[in-house]
Amino acid sequence: MLEIIPVILFYSFALTLVCSGIMVISVKNPVHAVLWLIFAFFNAAGLFLLIGAELIAMMLVIVYVGAVAVLFLFVVMMMDINFAEMKQGFLRYLPIGLIIAAIFFAEIFFVLRSSTVDLEGPISGISLQIDRDVSNTEAIGDVLYTDYVFAFQVSGLILLVAMIGAIVLTLRVREGVKKQNIDQQTSRSAKDSIKLVKVEPRKGIDV
Amino acid sequence: MFSELIEIGLIHYLAVGAIMFTLGICGIFLNRKNVITILMSIELMLLAININFVAFSVYLNDLVGQIFTLFILTVAAAEAAIGLAIIVIYYRNRGNISVEDINQMKG
Repeated sequence: MLEIIPVILFYSFALTLVCSGIMVISVKNPVHAVLWLIFAFFNAAGLFLLIGAELIAMMLVIVYVGAVAVLFLFVVMMMDINFAEMKQGFLRYLPIGLIIAAIFFAEIFFVLRSSTVDLEGPISGISLQIDRDVSNTEAIGDVLYTDYVFAFQVSGLILLVAMIGAIVLTLRVREGVKKQNIDQQTSRSAKDSIKLVKVEPRKGIDV
Repeated sequence: MFSELIEIGLIHYLAVGAIMFTLGICGIFLNRKNVITILMSIELMLLAININFVAFSVYLNDLVGQIFTLFILTVAAAEAAIGLAIIVIYYRNRGNISVEDINQMKG
């Protein structure tokens, strides 16, 4: 009885993943689409947990849900756009979209069916055997910072370039905004800021 | 037939990945006008690829697939950040994000 539980979990995660994927591409309101996307990521994380890739599952929740999806949410909410108008071509493109999707799915299906690699058996050329005694995170950490340190550094560089690019693209200097100029403030002296005037009786002063 | 369904193997995960990838392609075609939904469809496709990588990694007993998934995650995050930044400046300049007019940017 206990071995049926992972099967039920797999099918429920997979079914909700597919359903939320359908909702992502078909709902009218993009805010709802982003929320469905977050739900899809959670279900995919559940699938990864089931298969035994705990680190990837947690990374998916942290990186995708915590960063990427929230970024989408911010951008969608920032824009004042008539999204109903954007949905106009949906029915027009539905047949061709379904046809191309069906062709593509059939291609994948036949590739899987006719694959000559024995998917169930052992395969030659394994570079990193998974050790069942070591936890998933420890096993990945062991090789990520030693054998794959170059790729790790390059991915950090990619993130840096993306960060700088996003900042440079969205930075704008607005005209007419009052700002604090610290340089100007500290270089002021009492001599050219304060003027002492001797006021004559019944004369007043010119400012 | 029933025992094939009840024993979760590699092919089940590959089927989920294939369906998600197809949904991503379908989403790009259905939402031709909305750039944000197109970006979300690309995220769905990357997720499908990640599912494939992890499934192969576990069933072939090879850790490299999971490490590669981490790098795909990194590239996906960078791509989403740059894409959304481009959408934001495009919206700032034109007041809408319709795909048909994007060719008017001309550099």
